[in-house]
Amino acid sequence: MIVNRKPLTLAERLYLPAIVGGFRVTIRHALRSLFGGKTVTMEYPEQKWAVPPDYRGAPYLVKDQDGHTKCVSCQLCEFVCPPKAIKIIPPGPAGELADRPNAEKMPHEFEINFLRCIYCGLCQEVCPEEAIFLLKDYSLTGLSREEMVYGKEKLLALGGVHGGIQKWKHKLEEAKEQENFPVKV
Amino acid sequence: MSNTATTETKPAAPAIEKIKVKVDGRELEVPKLMPDWQGKLVPTTMIQACELAKTDVPHYCYHPKLPVAGNCRMCLVEFGTPALGPDRKPVINPDGTPKIAKSPRPAIACATPISPGMEIYTQTPGVKQMREGVLEFLLINHPLDCPICDQAGECKLQEYSVDYGQSASRFVEPKVHKPKAVDLGPRIVLDDERCILCTRCIRFTKDIAGDDALGIVNRGSYNTLTAYPGKVFDNNYTLNTVDICPVGALTSKDFRFQMRVWFLKETKSICTSCATGCNIIVGSREEKVYRYTPRENDAVNACWMCDHGRLNYKWIGRADRLAEVRRQTSEGRSEKTTWTVALNEIAEKLKKAPHGSVAIVASARQTNEEFWLLKKLADKFGALTDSIGYFGEGDKLLLNVDRTPNRTGARLIGICQANVGIKMMVIADSIKVGKVKTLIVFGEDVTKSSLDAELLGKLDTLIVSDILPNETTKRAHYLLPGCAHVEKRGTFTNIKGRVQKFMKAVEAPGDARPEWEFLHDLVYNVTGQDGFLTIEGLFNEMAKDVPAFNGLTWAGLGDTGVTVPT
Amino acid sequence: MNWNFIIFSVIKIAIVVGVVQGMVAYAVLAERKISAWIQDRVGPNRAAPPFVKAIPGLGPVLIRLGLFQPLADGLKFMLKEDFTPAGVRKVYFWLAPAIAVIPSMLVIAVIPFGSQIGHQQMVISDLNVGILYTFGIVSLGVYGIVLAGYAANSKYPFLGGIRSSAQMISYEISMGMSVIPVLLIVGNLNLSQIIGWQSQHGWLALYSPVSFIIFLVASFAETNRLPFDLPEAETELVGGYHTEYSSMKFALFFLAEYSNMIASAAMMVTLFFGGWTLPFWGLDHPAGNLGMGIAHILVFLVKMLLFVVLFIWVRWMFPRFRYDQLMDLGWRKFVPLALVNILVTAIVLWAKS
Ligand code: SF4
Ligand code: SF4
Ligand code: SF4
Ligand code: SF4
Ligand code: FES
Repeated sequence: MIVNRKPLTLAERLYLPAIVGGFRVTIRHALRSLFGGKTVTMEYPEQKWAVPPDYRGAPYLVKDQDGHTKCVSCQLCEFVCPPKAIKIIPPGPAGELADRPNAEKMPHEFEINFLRCIYCGLCQEVCPEEAIFLLKDYSLTGLSREEMVYGKEKLLALGGVHGGIQKWKHKLEEAKEQENFPVKV
Repeated sequence: MSNTATTETKPAAPAIEKIKVKVDGRELEVPKLMPDWQGKLVPTTMIQACELAKTDVPHYCYHPKLPVAGNCRMCLVEFGTPALGPDRKPVINPDGTPKIAKSPRPAIACATPISPGMEIYTQTPGVKQMREGVLEFLLINHPLDCPICDQAGECKLQEYSVDYGQSASRFVEPKVHKPKAVDLGPRIVLDDERCILCTRCIRFTKDIAGDDALGIVNRGSYNTLTAYPGKVFDNNYTLNTVDICPVGALTSKDFRFQMRVWFLKETKSICTSCATGCNIIVGSREEKVYRYTPRENDAVNACWMCDHGRLNYKWIGRADRLAEVRRQTSEGRSEKTTWTVALNEIAEKLKKAPHGSVAIVASARQTNEEFWLLKKLADKFGALTDSIGYFGEGDKLLLNVDRTPNRTGARLIGICQANVGIKMMVIADSIKVGKVKTLIVFGEDVTKSSLDAELLGKLDTLIVSDILPNETTKRAHYLLPGCAHVEKRGTFTNIKGRVQKFMKAVEAPGDARPEWEFLHDLVYNVTGQDGFLTIEGLFNEMAKDVPAFNGLTWAGLGDTGVTVPT
Repeated sequence: MNWNFIIFSVIKIAIVVGVVQGMVAYAVLAERKISAWIQDRVGPNRAAPPFVKAIPGLGPVLIRLGLFQPLADGLKFMLKEDFTPAGVRKVYFWLAPAIAVIPSMLVIAVIPFGSQIGHQQMVISDLNVGILYTFGIVSLGVYGIVLAGYAANSKYPFLGGIRSSAQMISYEISMGMSVIPVLLIVGNLNLSQIIGWQSQHGWLALYSPVSFIIFLVASFAETNRLPFDLPEAETELVGGYHTEYSSMKFALFFLAEYSNMIASAAMMVTLFFGGWTLPFWGLDHPAGNLGMGIAHILVFLVKMLLFVVLFIWVRWMFPRFRYDQLMDLGWRKFVPLALVNILVTAIVLWAKS
């Protein structure tokens, strides 16, 4: 469709009303921000941004309400992570046992490379143990590449406690109630 | 393929009658009899017919190499047979096809023999329902440990749950809890809660391994797998139960919590721990070998391998692997050098060596191609060659007394005699009298045999290629780091003369190069004979040259190898 | 040649160049601050050498005003990698920034920025054809830009260079013709004389407002500033003629643009607003003492700064012209208007005499 240009009026062709109008707008804003103190700038390090509730920040490992590592080193997050930011070293047969009974294992080392992480949230979604969550941290900085690789201890400390159903504990309690097992093996 | 090489050693089987059956409406001819787990001909079962029809029937307890138990009911299918009239004649439909009487009851495909004209239905709603029902029962007491279960990723229960499982359990009562992490033997951990009582492991240990160690106690939902009281589950084949266990009940202590299986790269290879040459799959990730698992080859190892061979992989990743080319300077210091420098210097020295002044000690762990290249060198100098044998106790199933993978190859190519090591004394004597001035050693610590350190000191040049450091490598004038079999490609000839190839799974550490590569360079430098820069070409060249291998080609070996007369 | 003349000239040159450079730096800051205010933002308010924070009271204020930002900017320009892309025509590529910068500095030489201090005239060179000189020199600036566009061997700079030359050449004509009425009225080409005339008869902007408006608009076009910044229209041409430049070479173009702006402001003050004079407090005749001399310089600077602010302010008021409109405005509106203006002025002057 061809839209015909409307011919300009004389006033428009003189540009004068436009000049006056432009000046009015700009001076109004300039005076307001100069003397009214009304600016839209958020002065970042001093003023912080209100993180929306469903914001996806940095993924951290969490502990359960008893302070135990929830991750069982199933390595699903390592598998699903699109940029391969996660590296898990499983405990192996001789490795330390999980710090809660019945869960059998927990990672020997768990690293997230925050230079690679794209905050997609797939690790949180895939985790069968609710052990990794994207929390609200958005400004991760470091002076070296190594510094940006967070280890297990750091991730756990940053992640804090996240309650939940504690299925391994329940299994243990349930098993204890079944002491009347016919033949002990 | 020439007439000297045959794929199977079996005598030609008598012709077996074929019968027509239909699987999901597709007609095919199947042999009336098929070999069972012992190779005996027995009536073909429905599951075998379905397999020939390329139709997958889910199953747990059935295993082609085990006696049939028929206890899991996962393989239930519907079927029909031609209807017979009162006159015992088949009833014919108006359109001329035989009328099929559909059996009112399903049957387990793993144990029901086929009959002529039988129709098997594996995709009907009824079959689907039965599979769902079986699975729901199996999952009633299953702990759903997948995040901490080593089987996850190769678990039949997981796979079939995806296909036929329910998203939520209807079972509200508490689950029966059974012993977890039971120490069943030195290499096996058992999780009874995960066991689905298929008895594959029991049948394997009893019938294949011949060690009646496992059984089931208690009744009903308390059924529990255990070792017989007072018996340790400790034969040389225990780890096979881990492979055949369809779930994560039996797990390997060695592989336990090492790596999730979906990360493992699978490479076809050969076990090097004895002369049987079991076919294996090497599971590796990021240049680290995590496990060996057997690979099916009916001419060699069926579906099994021994624990001895399976666990013999740790040395590959050892930190003290030789990874530098080194040479000894005139002052006797050892210094790092490059392949080019070392190979050129060796070639210079060898070219000047008089006839008969060179001896070669090869290792029976080397590949056929490497032997052939060494043989070329030996022929040039009229060198004495031999290898060293390693022997241990064998058993009736797989493990051979000969603990080297390729002594047969060495013999066929002419590196050693049938009586391996017989020339070692001759080599020692020739060194002693000063006749032999140059010794080439591949992959052996000769100081442990007749050539002690003092004798080695008398040599002008000692060229050693090895993988791990030892007394001989310490004394080498030229040290050439070689590769483990998982780091290169090549072929072995097993004790029965089966030539089998293996593939590369991981990268070699540091400067280490496959022996055939640098041997090829060396042969070229010394004799001027050019060969092939690929293992395929090299093998084909060798097959033309070595009478025993005539007619073989690399491609013709396939995944399972070819047997040559020995 | 007397030594006195040389020494004082050198001193004046040094001071003027220094002041202009400083003004350029702070014009950039002003640009950023003013644009921030117009757009409800804060503008540069962080950069400062470490010790400034320690000054009680004043320190934080200075930092918030961004007074140290120009230093940081300068430092940044110097430390950045000076990258010469492969495939450029090296000699021209290196020459172009210099050619752009030099004319803009040279123009300042003939502008009287004050009356006199002692016996020294506050002008580097009191040329009697000052106006002709400025037009001559200003038109050289276009070579830098054309050369930059050509030497970069890249299509955006090339388009930028072409546009720029067309635009500058077009507007030079109306600019030149807009000044002719002024010359007719004053009857002299010497800029000091023009100021002298204004101190007696009043500002020329009142005598010839049309000339002033044409001159004003044309100088926007001459300095490549919005609404006529087509040569470097970011949205269409990436960066225009200086797309391929980096580090100090890029900074030189920046310098040229802002010193052009300052030179234009100075020209306008001189030609139309009485230069260093003010019609009251006796500021309208050459200074007799040091105080008055300095006051004259200050008057000149204040007037000039007002124009600089105008330049900056306009940039944030208007959208960019379309290229055809720009040409249309230059050739079909301003050239006839300027001609008519000359004619009318001449007739009026003839009638009066
Ligand atoms: S958020 Fe995404 S990218 Fe980051 S660690 Fe998790 S899966 Fe990987
Ligand atoms: S964080 Fe979750 S998904 Fe990742 S290894 Fe641990 S348990 Fe598995
Ligand atoms: S046996 Fe299979 S289904 Fe059961 S926990 Fe292990 S992986 Fe999961
Ligand atoms: S341990 Fe495994 S192989 Fe043995 S009975 Fe149980 S599920 Fe079957
Ligand atoms: S596979 Fe047939 S019953 Fe188990």
